[in-house]
Amino acid sequence: MSEETVNVPVTAERINPRLESYKQFWRRLAKNKAAVIGGCLILFIIIMAFVGPWIITTFTDYRPNQTDITNKLAGPSAAHWFGTDNFGRDIFTRVIFGTKLTLYVGFFSVFIGGIIGVIFGIVAGYYGGRIDTVIMRLMDVLLAFPGILLALAIVAVLGGSLTNVIIAVGIFSVPAFARVVRGSTLSVRKLEYIDAVRALGASDFRIIFKHILPNIMSPIIVQASLRIATAILTGAGLAFLGLGAQPPRPEWGAMLNEGRPFMYEAGHVALFPGLMIVLVVLAFNIFGDGVRDALDPKMKK
Amino acid sequence: MTKYIIRRLLQTIPVLLGVTILVFSLMHLVPGDPAQIVAGEGASEQTVNNIRERLGLNESIPVQYGKFLTNALQGDLGSSVRSGRPVMDEIGSRFWVTVELAFYSTIVAVLLGLIAGIVSAVRHYTLTDTSIMVVALFGLSMPNFWFGLLLIQWFAIGNWMPEWLEFIKMRPSGWGDEWRQVILPVLTLGTGGAAIIARMTRSSMLEVIEQDYIRTARAKGVSERLVTYRHALKNALIPVVTVVGLEFGGFLGGAVLTETIFAINGMGRLTIDAIRTRDFPVVQGTVLVISVIFVLVNLLVDISYRFLNKRIDLN
Amino acid sequence: MTTLETILEVKNLKTTFKTDAGDVNAVDGVSFKLPKGKTIGIVGESGSGKSITALSILRLIGSNGQTKGGEILYKGQDLLKLSEDKMRKLRGNEISMIFQEPMTSLNPVYTVGQQISEALMLHQNMSKKEAHLRSIELLTLVGIPSPDKRVKNYPFELSGGMRQRVMIAMSLACNPEILIADEPTTALDVTIQAQILELIKDLQDRLGMSVIFITHDLGVVAETCDYVAVMYAGQVVEYSDVRSLFREPKLPYTIGLLKSLPRHDIEQTKLEPIKGNVPSPYNMPVGCRFSPRCPAATDLCRTKMPLLETDEKGNQVRCWIYSEEWNGESEVEIYGETRIAKGRGAKTVLPD
Repeated sequence: MSEETVNVPVTAERINPRLESYKQFWRRLAKNKAAVIGGCLILFIIIMAFVGPWIITTFTDYRPNQTDITNKLAGPSAAHWFGTDNFGRDIFTRVIFGTKLTLYVGFFSVFIGGIIGVIFGIVAGYYGGRIDTVIMRLMDVLLAFPGILLALAIVAVLGGSLTNVIIAVGIFSVPAFARVVRGSTLSVRKLEYIDAVRALGASDFRIIFKHILPNIMSPIIVQASLRIATAILTGAGLAFLGLGAQPPRPEWGAMLNEGRPFMYEAGHVALFPGLMIVLVVLAFNIFGDGVRDALDPKMKK
Repeated sequence: MTKYIIRRLLQTIPVLLGVTILVFSLMHLVPGDPAQIVAGEGASEQTVNNIRERLGLNESIPVQYGKFLTNALQGDLGSSVRSGRPVMDEIGSRFWVTVELAFYSTIVAVLLGLIAGIVSAVRHYTLTDTSIMVVALFGLSMPNFWFGLLLIQWFAIGNWMPEWLEFIKMRPSGWGDEWRQVILPVLTLGTGGAAIIARMTRSSMLEVIEQDYIRTARAKGVSERLVTYRHALKNALIPVVTVVGLEFGGFLGGAVLTETIFAINGMGRLTIDAIRTRDFPVVQGTVLVISVIFVLVNLLVDISYRFLNKRIDLN
Repeated sequence: MTTLETILEVKNLKTTFKTDAGDVNAVDGVSFKLPKGKTIGIVGESGSGKSITALSILRLIGSNGQTKGGEILYKGQDLLKLSEDKMRKLRGNEISMIFQEPMTSLNPVYTVGQQISEALMLHQNMSKKEAHLRSIELLTLVGIPSPDKRVKNYPFELSGGMRQRVMIAMSLACNPEILIADEPTTALDVTIQAQILELIKDLQDRLGMSVIFITHDLGVVAETCDYVAVMYAGQVVEYSDVRSLFREPKLPYTIGLLKSLPRHDIEQTKLEPIKGNVPSPYNMPVGCRFSPRCPAATDLCRTKMPLLETDEKGNQVRCWIYSEEWNGESEVEIYGETRIAKGRGAKTVLPD
């Protein structure tokens, strides 16, 4: 019933429109079950990542790199909830300690990729013309390396380490942000008030930061949360190939790689780190979906 | 239409050039002396110099790139520093292994994804829909290499496997190109891709169902069944086409993981082995070949999308 | 009007929509009669519920809407009580509809011919070939040049006006008894609008259909309709034959609407708009829904909803001024016009 729009009476008192839109954003987000569940899960994971290791070191004798050869590849038990690996290390402890590493990869790489991508996207969309063409062709080039391949190539060159994985996955995320941001910038730029602001003599810099950026925050947020999920998967994949965090760091992908030769005798070694990856990625995907639905009025019924 | 195809072809050229530049730079982005890294830490100065000579690293970078490009255009991607064989020969039959794997996986992904997506959309907001979407969300969130490991565990060593599935059972030795050995890797890749296609099909269907022409069809007295399958589906599938190319590419790139897990001798595994042995010409070669296939497949997809979408383009 | 056979009668129709902010009564007790072979115009602003009324007749209001009450009597049977199967046999066959947006109302992936044929094959058991030939005839009927070529066109190859002609051809395919036209000209250029209106009128004369014409344009009503139902905020507020309505509109809202139209037959010093906004469906006035904007509103108007009252000519109006209970002045001035109130309690103003 597009034509039968609802006429909400305009209230007389003036309200801060930006504050109002934030409030509305939170209201919509709070109403979206997926966003709330995903958000709570993420919060739980973050707490687990930073408080978990402290609890373990303070209250128990478990250490992530403490080996116990007599008790290697043991299945889950009361003493070792997730069992032990080929060095007899407690997998549960390692998984908890590794949470932080996974979150680092997810957040930092998307942060790097996001900043670069947003700058590229805004500049391309705002200035258009040749700059736009050059930037977007560059993005096309980056996108020409399918899936994990771009990040893999970068890590292959830089060498395997957690930092390099973050850089590689960050670069891998740039084109996704640039495309989304360019599209949104183009549509905001078309709005008449941007012309009005420019006619009033505002500088490009001011227009971009004061007027365009705030208007395209929603797609950026959605992109970021979905991108974190992809980044974590890609980072784990690289680590699994032995190109990420190096042993004995308890990175989940690396743990999977280490557990692979023993998979036939002790399936749990590869099971639990993988389950944790699923859990974290799932949380970000659910959250991202929820935010997108909450922010996109078109999807609303 | 022809105009569009020509324009699209012309657009592809700078992208392909960019790809060669990036692939070429790989060796020069290495921190330190590439020749030294290729040679390994303990290598004598003589060896390092030999390698530098063989890789042509003594010349200026533009000259090196010029050679790289002209050679690549003639199908010469240099030779492996480990085996000494031309990279093209190293890739050889491995090319088809990887492409076939990606191709079958795409088919599985499209079939599974479409069915799941359509069922979900037709029964939207029911338990069936929710279940399918939850499964799809899991599929999307699962590292496919981990899923592959689980499949191996269940099918290859699980003793619970029913008799009739025995044929899938993998044997530690005897890797060949028998089709049955393709099943698990294709399932691994295909199910992940199916999740994406299912979600996309569903949302596309739900969007189409809201369109004016669906209301027109209903006003004509068309039954709900026909509205769904005759009027909605055809329109809903058009945007899904765009994902197919991306999926195919993702499977090509994902081959590095799948081939490692399933010990398949394709380009992916070749890449990983080359990275481990710092055989940069081989890495460059495989990355270049995979990217070029991907770019060309996407070109094809874009053109067919445009062809299908011509009828829809309202403005 | 009593002498004419009624083909469709809507009685006290109520349609509600579920929204995030609660239920909305988009159509709230609408009643009107459509005499056979005549055209009734349903006029109202956006959001008055006129389109929803039309969609409710065909039971096409979608999953979040629901018809909660009333009757829709077509040839004596209540459409709201028909099985979905029987209803489907009526749609596009005996009752058909054309929509506001010709650009998006045709399926982009099928040819014009395929889309017209569909209804023919569905309702008239025609073969593909017969339906194709009949489609060409229909395209000729709606004035599309070289129809044998056009029949193979996809919608994107046609202009907006052409597409609306195709829509009309499609709706006429099975010689319907009733044609519902939902703002069929709103999205078109002015010159095309006139052509399409002319076409609908002409086809009605030739085929003897009854037409429900939904529009916000009183000019279109004057040209095409025999009867008018004016809708405001989900209700019919005035129902009248078209002559009476334009000669002497009774309702303050209708008077206001007519006064806000530019006219060339009389001299106007200025156009007078109706002040205020359509009420929010979430917050309907307790009394007469127009009372917050009505220049003649009294406390009675603001506290009690007036009923739709029928006069001796069969015309209806939902306004306290014409009821026995009216307690305001006996001569009411509305937008510069004077109406004589009926109520016993009306105070007679002594002439100066």
